[in-house]
Amino acid sequence: MNESIAVQAKNLYKVFGKKPKEVARRLSEGASRDEVSALGTAAVIDASFEVKTGEIFVVMGLSGSGKSTLIRMLNGLVEPTSGTVTVVGTTITDISQAELRRVRQKSVSMVFQHFALLPHRTVLENAAFGLEVQGIAPVERRARAQRVVELVGLAGWEDKLPRQLSGGMQQRVGLARALTAETDVLLMDEAFSALDPLIRREMQEQLVELQAELGKTIIFITHDLNEAMFLGDRIAVMRDGRIVQVGSPEDILTDPANDYVAQFVQDVDRARVLTAASVMEPASAEVSVTSGPRNALRTMRDLQSSAVFVVGRGRQYLGVVRDRDVMRQVKAGETDLRDILRKPQAVSPDTPLVDLVEPSIESGLPLAVVNETGKLLGTIPRVTLLAALGNVPLTTQSIPIMESPSRLTRRDISEALTETVGYEAAAGTEHRTGGRA
Amino acid sequence: MRGSVMSLTSNDLFRLPLGRWVEAAVDWVTHSFTGLFTVIRSLFLALYDAVDWALVTPPFWAVIIVLATLAWYLSSWKLGLGTVLGLLLVVSLNQWANAMHTLALVLVASAIAIALSLPLGIWAARSTVASRVIRPILDLMQTMPAFVYLIPALILFRVGVVPGIVATVIFAMAPGVRLTELGIRSVDREVVEAGQAFGASPGRILRQIQLPLAMPSIMAGVNQVIMLSLSMVVIAGMVGAGGLGNDVVASLQTIDVALGFEAGISVVILAIVLDRMTAGLGARVVTTGQPAASSFFPLEKENT
Ligand SMILES: Nc1ncnc2c1ncn2[C@@H]1O[C@H](COP(=O)(O)OP(=O)(O)O)[C@@H](O)[C@H]1O
Ligand SMILES: [Mg+2]
Repeated sequence: MNESIAVQAKNLYKVFGKKPKEVARRLSEGASRDEVSALGTAAVIDASFEVKTGEIFVVMGLSGSGKSTLIRMLNGLVEPTSGTVTVVGTTITDISQAELRRVRQKSVSMVFQHFALLPHRTVLENAAFGLEVQGIAPVERRARAQRVVELVGLAGWEDKLPRQLSGGMQQRVGLARALTAETDVLLMDEAFSALDPLIRREMQEQLVELQAELGKTIIFITHDLNEAMFLGDRIAVMRDGRIVQVGSPEDILTDPANDYVAQFVQDVDRARVLTAASVMEPASAEVSVTSGPRNALRTMRDLQSSAVFVVGRGRQYLGVVRDRDVMRQVKAGETDLRDILRKPQAVSPDTPLVDLVEPSIESGLPLAVVNETGKLLGTIPRVTLLAALGNVPLTTQSIPIMESPSRLTRRDISEALTETVGYEAAAGTEHRTGGRA
Repeated sequence: MRGSVMSLTSNDLFRLPLGRWVEAAVDWVTHSFTGLFTVIRSLFLALYDAVDWALVTPPFWAVIIVLATLAWYLSSWKLGLGTVLGLLLVVSLNQWANAMHTLALVLVASAIAIALSLPLGIWAARSTVASRVIRPILDLMQTMPAFVYLIPALILFRVGVVPGIVATVIFAMAPGVRLTELGIRSVDREVVEAGQAFGASPGRILRQIQLPLAMPSIMAGVNQVIMLSLSMVVIAGMVGAGGLGNDVVASLQTIDVALGFEAGISVVILAIVLDRMTAGLGARVVTTGQPAASSFFPLEKENT
C-alpha cells in the first residue's frame, strides 16, 4: 500500500436488518436499494475511496444518505457487512477488538456532532481522555492536554465543566480531545452542524489553520455544501448509500457527475468556492515585450481588442499596453513597449472569485492570472467573472479577451502601420497569439 | 370445558399441583444446600449483629448527634435539626432500642440488596437476553405477596432476623436492578461512542462513563431500595426479626392502638430521615447536572 494513503475503503457495504450478507450480495450483483429494502436498510453501498495523508476529505450528502455509517466504519464503530478498511497501513476489518482499540488509540480519533464530552469531567480532563486511555501518566497527559487546549483557544477554561461552556467552546474541547490523542487521522461527523452560522465559520477557519499547522488527515462529514466546499481538498458526494462523485470542490461545481450533484451544488456560494484558476481563460492577446509596438498594434487589430498583455522571457507577466499608447509610440517611432506598460494588479490562481471583483473593477482591464513564479497562466475578462458569479453557464468558446471594443478602428491602425513601415525592423518577428484561435 | 359449577370452587380434575412442586423444590434445595444456607445465615447474622451493636451500644444522644451531623452534611442544617427532633420523639415514645434494631435491619438488607442489584442491573444493561430474563423475575419478586417467601425463608434460615433480611432483600431489590439498567441504557449513545472511538475498553467505559452518568438513576434506585426495605419491617417482625415490627405485630394481636401508633410513627420518622438523607447523598454523588435522585417524600428544596 502506498505510504501517502492514510485511509482506504474498498467496496464497503453496510446493511442493517435481518439478512445483511444476502442484501449486500444482491446489491453487488446489481439490485437496487429499493428492491432489497424489505430485507434490510442498505446504509452504505459499494463505497471505495482513498484519502491521502494530510488531506481534508469531505463526505457530503443529505440526511440519511449513509454518511455517519460510512465514517463509523472507518474506525470500526460500525462493522461493515462486507469490504475492507485500511487505516494508516492496518486493515481494521479483520482484527480483534483489542487490536482495534489499539488502532483507535494510535491512529484515528473522532469529533462528534453533539460534542459527546464527558459531562462530569473538566475541560482539561476531557482533552486528556485519549491519553488517559493510552495509559499516559497523569502529569504528562495534563501537560500535553494543556498545550492543545491553548492551541484551540481555550486557555483559562481548563477547570470548567463542559456545561459551563458555549456550544462553540464545547466543540473546541471535542477538537482538543481528538488532537491531544495525536492520531494521524481525525474523523469529524457533522462536527460543526450544531453550531450557529457565525461560530461555525470561525470553527471552519480554525480547522483549516490547525490542519495546515499539524498536517492531520481529516475526514469531515457534512450536509452543508458551503462547508464542504470551504474545507474540502476533495469531496465525496453521497446519495442513498452510494458515493456518486469524488472530486475537487471545483470539479463538483463545474462538472457535476449527475443531476443530483448538479442540484445539490445549485445554491452554493460560488464566489467563495470557485477560484481564479477555475474560470480563467487562455490569454490570447499576448505579445512578447521584445516584439515591439508595431507587432502589438497588429495583434490588437487582428483580435479587435483595445489592449494586450505583455510578457517577457518564459511568459513572465510584465503588464498591459493599451491601443492608444501603442499608437502614439508607433507614430513617434519609439520601439520599447516597456515605456508605456501599465501594471494592473495580477491575481494568483487560487484567489476566490469574491476577491477578484474589486481588482477587476479598479483596473477596467482583464485580470491577469499569474503563478507564484510570475508566469502568466491566463486571464479573466470582466464578463467571464460576472458570468461565473451570476451562476450563468459559462460558454465553452473563448470570449473576446477585451470587453471594451477597440477604440481605434482597424483602418486607423492599418494606416498607422503603413505610414511607419520603416521602423518595423527594430522589433522582433511575428506577434504571438497564445491559446485558442 | 369445566364439568360443573361445583368444580369452580373445588376442582379435582384440573388441579395443578404447583404448590407441591414448589414445596418439593424447596425441600430439595434445603437438603442439598444446607451448608450454603448455614453460611449465609451466619454471615447475615454477623452483619446484622455488628450494625445493631454499633447503634444500640452507645447512649442514644451520641447516636442522634452522629445521625444529625450526617444529615446536615448530606443535605442541610434543616434536615439535621429535623433528625434531632424526630429521633428525640422516638426516644420519648420509648421506642429507641426498637428503632435501632429496625434501622440495623434496614441498613443491612439495603446494603445486600444494592450489592446484588448493581451487578444485575449492569448485566441487564449490557445484554438484551439478560434483560429479558431478569425482568419477569423481578416482577415476580416484587409483586408476590411478601408473606409467601417468608415461608421458605423460615424453612431455610429458621426464625429470627435472617429470614427477615432475606425476605426484605428479595422484596426491595427490584427497583435497584431496574433503575441501574435504565440509567446505564439511557446514557447518551454518542458519549459511549466517544469512549469507544478513543480506544477505551468496555470496563473503562463502564467505570468512567456509564456508571458516573447513570448515577442519578442509580441513586434513585438506592433510595427506593431503602424505602421498600423499611416498608418490610412489619413483615420481618412476624418472623421474629425484632424491632419496631415486633411491636406492631404485638399490638395487632392485642388490639393495642396506643402501642401500634407509637411504633408506627417511629417507622415514619425513620423513613423520612432515611429518605432525605439518601436524596442528599444522591445530589452529592451526582455531578453531571442532571436531576438528582428522586425522593419518596418530596419536600420543597430549600437551597441548591
Ligand atoms: N443502527 C442502525 N440500525 C438500523 N438502521 C440504521 C442504523 N444506523 C443508520 N441506519 C439507517 O441507515 C441510513 C443511513 O443513516 P446515517 O448513516 O445515519 O445517514 P446520515 O449520517 O447521512 O444522515 C438511514 O436510513 C438510517 O435509518
Ligand atoms: Mg449523520
